[in-house]
Amino acid sequence: MSVAAIADTGQSLLEVEHLTMRFGGLVAIDDVSFSAADRSITAIIGPNGAGKTTVFNCLTGFYKPTEGRLGLRRDDRDFLLERMEGHDIARHAGIARTFQNIRLFSEMSVLENLMVAQHNRLMRASGYSVLGLFGAPSYRKAEALALEHARYWLEQVRLVDRADEPAGSLPYGDQRRLEIARAMCTDPCLLCLDEPAAGLNPRETLDLNRLIMAIRDKHHIGVLLIEHDMSVVMEISDHIVVLDYGRKIADGSPEEIRNDPAVIRAYLGEEEDEDLPPEVAADLSRNDSGSEGDA
Amino acid sequence: MAVIAGSSSGTEPVVWRMALKEGLLAGFVALMLTITLVGFKTVPAAGGLAIETRFIDVGVAVLLLALGRIGLVLVREGNPLPVLPGAIAVAIAGYFIPMPTAFLSFFTVATGAILALRSGWALWRHRGQIASREARDKAMDVFSAKVQRSTIYVAPVAIAFAVALPFIPGLNDRGTVDMATLVLTYVMLGWGLNIIVGLAGLLDLGYVAFYAVGAYSYALLATTFGLSFWICLPLAGVFAASAGLILGFPVLRLRGDYFAIVTLGFGEIVRLILLNWYDLTKGPDGISKIPRPSFFGIAEFTRQPEVGVTAFHDLIGASYSGTHRVIFLYYLILVLALCVNAFSLRIRKLPIGRSWEALREDDVACQSLGINRRNIKLAAFGFSATMGGFAGSFFATRQGFVSPESFTFIESAIVLAIVVLGGMGSQLGIVLAAIILIGLPEWFRDLAEYRMLAFGAAMVLIMLWRPRGLLAHRDPTIYLNKPGRGGRAAAKATGKATEGAPAQ
Repeated sequence: MSVAAIADTGQSLLEVEHLTMRFGGLVAIDDVSFSAADRSITAIIGPNGAGKTTVFNCLTGFYKPTEGRLGLRRDDRDFLLERMEGHDIARHAGIARTFQNIRLFSEMSVLENLMVAQHNRLMRASGYSVLGLFGAPSYRKAEALALEHARYWLEQVRLVDRADEPAGSLPYGDQRRLEIARAMCTDPCLLCLDEPAAGLNPRETLDLNRLIMAIRDKHHIGVLLIEHDMSVVMEISDHIVVLDYGRKIADGSPEEIRNDPAVIRAYLGEEEDEDLPPEVAADLSRNDSGSEGDA
Repeated sequence: MAVIAGSSSGTEPVVWRMALKEGLLAGFVALMLTITLVGFKTVPAAGGLAIETRFIDVGVAVLLLALGRIGLVLVREGNPLPVLPGAIAVAIAGYFIPMPTAFLSFFTVATGAILALRSGWALWRHRGQIASREARDKAMDVFSAKVQRSTIYVAPVAIAFAVALPFIPGLNDRGTVDMATLVLTYVMLGWGLNIIVGLAGLLDLGYVAFYAVGAYSYALLATTFGLSFWICLPLAGVFAASAGLILGFPVLRLRGDYFAIVTLGFGEIVRLILLNWYDLTKGPDGISKIPRPSFFGIAEFTRQPEVGVTAFHDLIGASYSGTHRVIFLYYLILVLALCVNAFSLRIRKLPIGRSWEALREDDVACQSLGINRRNIKLAAFGFSATMGGFAGSFFATRQGFVSPESFTFIESAIVLAIVVLGGMGSQLGIVLAAIILIGLPEWFRDLAEYRMLAFGAAMVLIMLWRPRGLLAHRDPTIYLNKPGRGGRAAAKATGKATEGAPAQ
């Protein structure tokens, strides 16, 4: 895959500089800096507890970072995410996310999930409910447009047939894809996917790879991806950031990461340790490298 | 689990032992409960009270409960054959053996009869278990879905009946119309509370506060400034909405139980303010002589109108009757309630309504979609409180008198019970629940002290059989694939643009 070429063409969309997040005495993220390019897929990998989801929570406003600067550039406007409220980040800066444990509105129908995602646009169109109450034509038109937008994304994730069923009744894999569709319905410029392949079978994983690449190539937005499944990460990422115990240990293209000795030692495991789980491998390598972890 | 048909001789003793054990346990529990409550009775006697014992009643009750339990267990475990003759024997015995009270005889016969029916039914159907809980729940869900679908047919009939009620012979007496007015007041409160509890999923235990604010707004504005009902009604809504926003702000960060407790406190605070701010509210004395509403400012409901004021009975050319005003108030609350209903049905399909439901489902996901939770929560509070304020000002004008005693916690609890029992979010369910919880107790006032017992029993039964409420079924607010529903208009509007990808 000529991923490096694409990564080079994309402009820098997200700049994370010296991000630190402390919970009391615990340092979840320690001075992490990286950038994510526009129209490219940036993966954040690392063993469990490395602080990947914390990075997401800082980016999407669920946590206020202790230190650091999170800059996002959208349509030549700069946003400082660490100073914005959570809902404003999604609304104005255009960061959409999915969750590690799926968070759909399970009693509502699949279609309604996607309509809720277009809340702000529809709210404005409904004159903050005043025009909507009287069924103004402008609102009805906006709703029809939103419905078409939702239909488009349902087609992308192949859920058109189940659009009117409660979201909670979908099988697991469909729920994962619906969550991505819902995030895309907010018209984001950066999509943050938190372990989208968790719990999927190999066929569904392949499908997911195609979907994520389509989102990058067709919709020209940046994707930030947390994933444990290396078949996903190595296959589709343009750029990989490796975290371990809250620190960035490597940063580069998949080829570079694959050959990075620190990563191999810390995360992927050495040749003879191939059958060890990554966490164990990471622990082993930590012991090898000696007095590294003093946090 | 269930022993199939009790055919194999090896399992029979097990079943009998199980039945006996459960029967003895039920008898013991019954004994503990009845020995003090039924067994002893204080009767006035010369020089004070004397205790009369009724151990025969206790004995019969305990025996019946134990036998009944044994019978039920046998039927459940697939051995109904010996139960049927036994049950018939109990019923016959109850009929012929003289008992101390008629009620006891009736109770015995009823126990035997119910047991006989149950075992006969099981024999006839060749199976013990009525239906598993899941199957029953599913059947009820299908039923509620059907009811929900049929609402479009039921609603016009119900509205037509409500409109015609004051003129239906036999039902048009003052008492019935008055009671219908009361039921409708609670229906309106239920629909108002449903916005915040059913849609937004915020458990508000202090809804009566908004009701009180509405009632006192009207009472004070009308008695102090002489404003008419028709001016005060929107003002009461505005005041109640402000109260809603004032409450809304501090509880924005709270969720679940904590939220419920704070709203509960707010309800009490409002009542205590009304009770203690004597200069403004006249405290426990209440505000009396609240003006009654006029006929839209055209005429008054009086026998002898003041100079320059038209009397309603002159307007319609009839002789004076006190029921005119009762009927007018009835129509007033009917229209108000229907407005609230139309509003809730409409707003549910708007973005704000959908975001309320989304908030109920998952508020973290709401934030990640760029929804400002603070604003939509406040909106839910504001709208819900406005409805409560309208109902409150209607209450004040209907009673002509308000005092803090009308706004105790039990009112909040009743309205909440209506919403929950009716099935969260179901407009029709709320009407049903209001009729059951408000109408029936009023209707059965003759039952005197058994009234509240029946009320409690009804609540327990509903919670046992329908824990999610009578008509808990949710229909989506918009459809993609179902032509003829919400999707049709949308498909028409952008029929050509189906292929076009959204602008990106």
